[in-house]
Amino acid sequence: MVPLEHYLILSAILFATGTIGVFLRRNVITMLLSIEVMLNAANLAFIAFGRTIGSADGQVIMFFVVTVAAAEAAVGLALVIALFRHRETLNPDMFTSLKW
Amino acid sequence: MLRLIPLLPFVGFLINLSLGRRLSKAISGAVACVAMFGAFLVSAWSVWTLVQMPPEARGIVDQIGPWIESGALSVPFTLRLDPLGAVMVLVVTGIGFLIHLYSTAYMHEERDSEYARYFSYLNLFAAFMLVLVLGASFPVMFVGWEGVGLCSYLLIGFWFSKKSASDAGKKAFIVNRIGDFGFLLGMFLVWVTFGTLDFQEVAHKAGQLPPEAVFGTLSIATLLLFVGATGKSAQIPLYVWLPDAMEGPTPVSALIHAATMVTAGVYMIGRNAVLFSHAPETLAVVAGIGVATALMAGTIGLVQNDIKRVLAYSTVSQLGLMFVAMGVGAFGAGIFHLYTHAFFKALLFLGSGAVIHALAGEQDIRKMGGLRRELPVTYWTFLIGSLAIAGVPFLSGFFSKDEILWKAFSGGHTTVWAVAVVASLLTATYMFRLVFFTFHGPRVKAEGHGAADGAIAPHDAHGATAGHGSHLHDAPPAMAVALILLAIGSVAAGYIGFPKVLGGSNQIETFLEPSFAIPGVEVETAKLDSSHAAARPGQASGGGHSAEPTGPAAGEHAATAEEHQPELTLMAFSSGIAIAGIGLAAYFFLRRRDVTDRIAASFAGVHRLLLNKYFVDEAYDAVIVQPIYNLSERGLWKIVDAGMIDGTVNAAGASVTGWSAVLRRLQTGSIRAYALSIFVGVVVILGYYVWR
Repeated sequence: MVPLEHYLILSAILFATGTIGVFLRRNVITMLLSIEVMLNAANLAFIAFGRTIGSADGQVIMFFVVTVAAAEAAVGLALVIALFRHRETLNPDMFTSLKW
Repeated sequence: MLRLIPLLPFVGFLINLSLGRRLSKAISGAVACVAMFGAFLVSAWSVWTLVQMPPEARGIVDQIGPWIESGALSVPFTLRLDPLGAVMVLVVTGIGFLIHLYSTAYMHEERDSEYARYFSYLNLFAAFMLVLVLGASFPVMFVGWEGVGLCSYLLIGFWFSKKSASDAGKKAFIVNRIGDFGFLLGMFLVWVTFGTLDFQEVAHKAGQLPPEAVFGTLSIATLLLFVGATGKSAQIPLYVWLPDAMEGPTPVSALIHAATMVTAGVYMIGRNAVLFSHAPETLAVVAGIGVATALMAGTIGLVQNDIKRVLAYSTVSQLGLMFVAMGVGAFGAGIFHLYTHAFFKALLFLGSGAVIHALAGEQDIRKMGGLRRELPVTYWTFLIGSLAIAGVPFLSGFFSKDEILWKAFSGGHTTVWAVAVVASLLTATYMFRLVFFTFHGPRVKAEGHGAADGAIAPHDAHGATAGHGSHLHDAPPAMAVALILLAIGSVAAGYIGFPKVLGGSNQIETFLEPSFAIPGVEVETAKLDSSHAAARPGQASGGGHSAEPTGPAAGEHAATAEEHQPELTLMAFSSGIAIAGIGLAAYFFLRRRDVTDRIAASFAGVHRLLLNKYFVDEAYDAVIVQPIYNLSERGLWKIVDAGMIDGTVNAAGASVTGWSAVLRRLQTGSIRAYALSIFVGVVVILGYYVWR
């Protein structure tokens, strides 16, 4: 059986990848994708913990997260389309008019 | 039933207040007059009922309902009519009605809405004055007390677009507030001492105490009440507002500032006669203040040139005499003088109003003269009023003033008596100075009456038609009726107090006696009134040589002609004083004005002192007003308010602005920067919990 540590290490790698993606990519869609990666890293950790302690709770939480992620993706992509129509770009650094 | 007396004028007030703008002058004036006349009829009926009762039990009570209920304090809103109140309600409603009637003509040049406003104030005043007079306890009286102060303010400042008028109104209100503060404190002390605020209960409880030999609680309480009286009744040191109050319309001066409101202080002391009798120290102060005021105001009145101001100082002086009566314990004599004074002073004010009306707002007596022929009704009524106030025998003022002087003398207050006699001499002199300047001598053809500095603004327009022509119009009918009725009153009013030594029975004092005695205790010689101890019910008819026996002549008065000798002598003496005063005035102001001018010139310092009213206003200004003004402006405003309070608020605002200038740099608008800060925050918080 694959030990828990492996899952957690994979989860951490995924999470770090997602985080780096959010910070470094210059495309809003890519940033959304990176956030999905971070969410799924968390899902993986939940399921791994649940399997280790023999409980279904981890999977239940995962379903919630997936549902929320789906909604988030829908709203996020809608915003992306609206932004693109407005500014003809998807570079987040161009959307800075809400500053002091 | 009693509640109708103040209620009727109040309804008149409400009608003129709400509908006044839409009513014509005839209707709004009629509403006010009818309300007053109704109040007078109800009063007369109530007094008639009162007189039918046996003398010891005279009193009508109207309990309107509970008012203040708080712990041990219970003040029902109760009206009570007793002999003292009876005299007052008749004066207020009777003379008040005549003055309302007079006003319908006097104020006729006002616009409709102003006219209605005037009458609504006048009715409101009457309502409050009647509450003051009928109130059965201190708080109910205080309602009226404050209410008349308010109406006085409103009416003095009636022509508020004129700065001097609105200033005078404010002055009256503020000075009165100082007195009212004393009155309130006195009321609290009475409550603490006696546990009740009802006049009769206070009198009953105070009656069980011995008179206070040394200065104590009763003295303090009565002195505080007297402070209230000095404010309302214009005595030293709070008299300064009354002469300025002459800025108001003349009928207002007659009603409020001569006949009724200013006598409230005298009335209040009479109402608490038992309480004041138990504080001899206070009575001495009252007499002293009264006589000092009488003298001071009399001397000022001698040199003033504004017809209404002379009358105002005369009022102050006469009120001083009433306080002398109160101070020597002759409460009946004081109220008697209040009652006769109401007639002749209202008459004099209304007469001066008729003169001012005829001359289109001219108030300076130096610019008048020779009006005798052109204003006959005004002249003769004014003359009667002047004779009455001067104390010429067998007019009303003679009886009441003489009674006061006699009581002061017989009570052993010789100094007070002497000063009061001098004040009476002055009264006769300045009143006839006024008569001679106004009605006698050559007619002064003044240039442009309307433009004269003392002119009342609303009369200016009128002046164009009436003032410049050689023909002056005498008082119109409504004014003439009021003048003539008051003149009759000025002659006849004194006869209900016809002194015993002349064969009368002095009914008014007998009538008033129960009001000054301890309720429930038989009227007795417990009063300070030592000379006429016989004035008890059942023995009312007085002297042995009484010509017409009035009242139940049960006991034979033991007095003989010899005992009356000093009183008769004094009476003759004071008559002589009155005539001497008139003679002086005739010599100095009618025959030899050149002599007068020379005397004034050689005593220029004294003359200027009197002309400037002893510089009291200036002194108050320098000692009280300016320090408060400076403290307020430089200290409270510039430092405390602008510096500290505004500074604190502004500093709070400025610090927010400053910090915002720094912190807003964090809001870059860059999504990634926000994401980074959220990430760092999460890491820091989690790190804290992990590494803790």
